[in-house]
Amino acid sequence: MSKAEDKAARTETRSTWLLSAPALVLLLFAASGPLIIMLVYSFLTPGKYGNVIWEFSPDAWIGTILSRDIFDGTYSLADAHLTIFWRSVQLSLLTTLFTFLVGFPTAWFIATRTARTRALLLFLITIPFWTNLLIRTIAINQIIRNEGLLNTALLSLGVIDEPLVIIYTNVAVFIGMTYVYLPLMVLPLFAAIDRFDMRLLEAAYDLYASRWQVLRRVILPIVKPGVIAGSILVFIPALGAYVTPRILGGGRNMMIGNFIELQFGQGRNWPLGAALSVLLLVIVTVALMFYVRAATRSDSNG
Amino acid sequence: MVYAIEARSTRKVYGSGSFAVTALDNVSIAIRKGEFFTLLGPSGCGKTTLLRMIAGFETPTSGQILLNGQDISTQPPNQRPINTVFQSYALFPHLSVRENVGFGLKMKGRPDAQIAGTVERVLSLVKLEAMADRKPQQLSGGQQQRVALARALAPEPEVLLLDEPLSALDLKLRKEMQVELKRLQLELGITFIFVTHDQEEALTMSDRIGVMSAGHLLQVGPPREIYNRPVNRFVADFIGETNFIPATIAGGVATVAGGARLAVATDAPTGDHTIAVRPEHVRIGAEGDGALPATVGESVYFGTDSHVHLTLADGTAIVARQQSDATGAGVLAEGSRVGVSFADGSVQVLED
Amino acid sequence: MAEKSFSASRIPGFATTAILVFCALYLPIVMLVLYSFNSGDSVAVWEGFSLKWYPLAWSNEQVRDVTLRSLTIALVASVVATTVATMAALGTTRRKKTKGQTLIYLMINQPLMVPEIVTAVALLIFFAAIKVATGYQGLGYLIAAHSAFCIPFAYLPIRARLEGMDKTLEVAAADLYASNWQAFRYVTLPLLLPGIVAGMMLAFVTSLDDVVITLFVKSAGQDTLPTYMLAQIRRSVPPDVNAISALLLLLTVIMLTLFFLLTRKRD
Ligand SMILES: Nc1ncnc2c1ncn2[C@@H]1O[C@H](COP(=O)(O)OP(=O)(O)OP(=O)(O)O)[C@@H](O)[C@H]1O
Ligand SMILES: [Mg+2]
Repeated sequence: MSKAEDKAARTETRSTWLLSAPALVLLLFAASGPLIIMLVYSFLTPGKYGNVIWEFSPDAWIGTILSRDIFDGTYSLADAHLTIFWRSVQLSLLTTLFTFLVGFPTAWFIATRTARTRALLLFLITIPFWTNLLIRTIAINQIIRNEGLLNTALLSLGVIDEPLVIIYTNVAVFIGMTYVYLPLMVLPLFAAIDRFDMRLLEAAYDLYASRWQVLRRVILPIVKPGVIAGSILVFIPALGAYVTPRILGGGRNMMIGNFIELQFGQGRNWPLGAALSVLLLVIVTVALMFYVRAATRSDSNG
Repeated sequence: MVYAIEARSTRKVYGSGSFAVTALDNVSIAIRKGEFFTLLGPSGCGKTTLLRMIAGFETPTSGQILLNGQDISTQPPNQRPINTVFQSYALFPHLSVRENVGFGLKMKGRPDAQIAGTVERVLSLVKLEAMADRKPQQLSGGQQQRVALARALAPEPEVLLLDEPLSALDLKLRKEMQVELKRLQLELGITFIFVTHDQEEALTMSDRIGVMSAGHLLQVGPPREIYNRPVNRFVADFIGETNFIPATIAGGVATVAGGARLAVATDAPTGDHTIAVRPEHVRIGAEGDGALPATVGESVYFGTDSHVHLTLADGTAIVARQQSDATGAGVLAEGSRVGVSFADGSVQVLED
Repeated sequence: MAEKSFSASRIPGFATTAILVFCALYLPIVMLVLYSFNSGDSVAVWEGFSLKWYPLAWSNEQVRDVTLRSLTIALVASVVATTVATMAALGTTRRKKTKGQTLIYLMINQPLMVPEIVTAVALLIFFAAIKVATGYQGLGYLIAAHSAFCIPFAYLPIRARLEGMDKTLEVAAADLYASNWQAFRYVTLPLLLPGIVAGMMLAFVTSLDDVVITLFVKSAGQDTLPTYMLAQIRRSVPPDVNAISALLLLLTVIMLTLFFLLTRKRD
């Protein structure tokens, strides 16, 4: 490389960094950087009125991870933690599964319409996607409350004599999360199906495959990247959900997000809150890595 | 003599390591002031690369680019009095035709009144006065091409670079624009460096042609010289159609298979070489009398002329171009035996 | 897909499911809007049309206060985020890959990958320390946090627009004597503008919607509209909160429609 070319290349690199610098500084200050401080706080001692005392203590981590140990003497507390973790994971997985089960036919339906209908349907999916999650949760709340629309309708139709108690149960949280995260499943699924060559289907039918075989052996493998993307996009925010379980689950049906918040409110245990957050972040990172792996693998396989 | 543009041992390598592509290899070229110079060569031979270095969009890996004798290799494009007509036109879609054409002058900080005047003048030069307020998307391909030309001409550059400017036009429009470009160049006296891979375009328009292949400049000269005196097989083959015949050269005489002897230039290299003869210089006559014996193959009728395929004694296939006559009486029967000779001075000895 | 495959568009049950999904998606929102016009304070029993909840909500000084704060934060944050995101997009798009580009992408998209609650906790801890150290309690923290998590939302449409832009245009500008700045000012920026506006609108909506991060970062008396609404929800949702929700919903729909019109022009 000549000097001039070398200089041009270096100028290019420098301008990339210079132009990105303001964004990176802001992100470092108010997004990425604090994550490291959070990690440090998870090893400190809780202060009496919140915050921390700058003394090393592994208690917070023991309070999260090693709480599984039932011979430890503190298992009453560990039980509560375990229940919350288990509920979070269970509800998130169920939400992911159910959004997929109803999201896949929906995405398929959209992808097989004519161009104009497709654009309209996509827009209709996108509106809830961008609508305030709080408002959508409120909307669901209005429907499933004891005096809500669902019960009022069922009562007046005489289907039930007493209101169905859905609100403040796990079921309510599950319904709410399915409702608010569904667009996150449909959009990537649509993107994957849209790339799918429908003539492959005809070829498969031609070879006397049954509908079920076609779905399993032809369609699913091809739209797999979309399935993975959608699952990740639903699972991650569901696992960290705060608003939906708070409004629909009430105080008794907490998820990790609410439990974390508790440590910074009544719990006054910042290190435990920090440790739980780090744990959540680790789970999410592992899930993301799984996603990247699976996505690149299905890429290289064509 | 001071040249408008000079390239001195210019090399350009893209990428590095095992991904390195040598787009230009030690190209030296000197282009005269006011000349219509054409770079001709197949796709990927480095024409655009050379043009981009003259314009300043790329810096040479080694070697220099000179403008009026001054080294401008490291000058940024906006400081070079050189403008480009891009292959894709690159018209600004958010600006009107008028604003597009006035862009260069505006960037140079010329007063508005002067810009308006120049824009009017240049637009009338390319016959687009009526379209001044349209956006580029509202113009036809040919009109967009004229806007691109007008935009590059408006700042009155010393050198105008045109990278296959006509390749997107249909044949009729293309012919029209060829004439128009030539007229403009003569009228304005600006140095044009024109890139094409269409040999006919190069031959009809240029003062001089530079033939390129695989990053090398093979031959530079006026169209006639390039056509009649190609230096090697590539140039001969790339420009027009040519018959290649193996021969042994000694003392201004080429001996071909069958023993026929042909006169060639006295300074031609001696030994075993290939000689080149254009189809229109091949004469078909009776056998004997020093002519090369040949067998007539297929004749293909092209309207004004026909191509007669012939096979020489050693199996070499050649083509002769014959004027068609109205009656078709002169059509040679397939399989008949004839004698072939070549027009005086038409036999060219190739160095490789 | 001009010629739809007969079998592809008719897998049994798919259409029914899809239609049910669309109904289920819209029924709650439509009901919410509808009952914001209910004259009674029930959200299930229709007692006649009334507009009373809207002026009632607005007459609440606290609602006005938090609305104004929400809009201020969203406006400042979206402008800041869009500015830095535009610069970053210019720095990372349509160039040869440079070292560290993956790192830049990762950092810019980080707010999308890390659960909100985790970022919220980290910010709470970090900003609490700064609050103690400096004594400053103002809106700056919220604005910084919102600006940061809005960056990817502004960045993505701008980047998409840039990538679809012909690089030769800037080369042509340089050829026509434009300096780097002039080429940006007269060619890149005007062509990029729809992307920038689209990015800014997404950033605005994102900031306006945020609950979790705001909840953790805000100091006392710094409620935004969403955190105020959240605090008002006890066993039931008050009708005035319902009315505000309906209004916010309308705002989102308007912004989104504009966004789509802006980005559609590209093709
Ligand atoms: N930016 C680049 N990076 C790497 N290689 C390049 C680059 N630009 C051109 N090349 C390579 O350099 C060689 C010459 O390219 P160039 O564009 O100059 O050819 P050209 O003669 O203009 O061809 P065409 O007639 O197709 O336009 C080609 O092999 C091309 O692949
Ligand atoms: Mg080229």
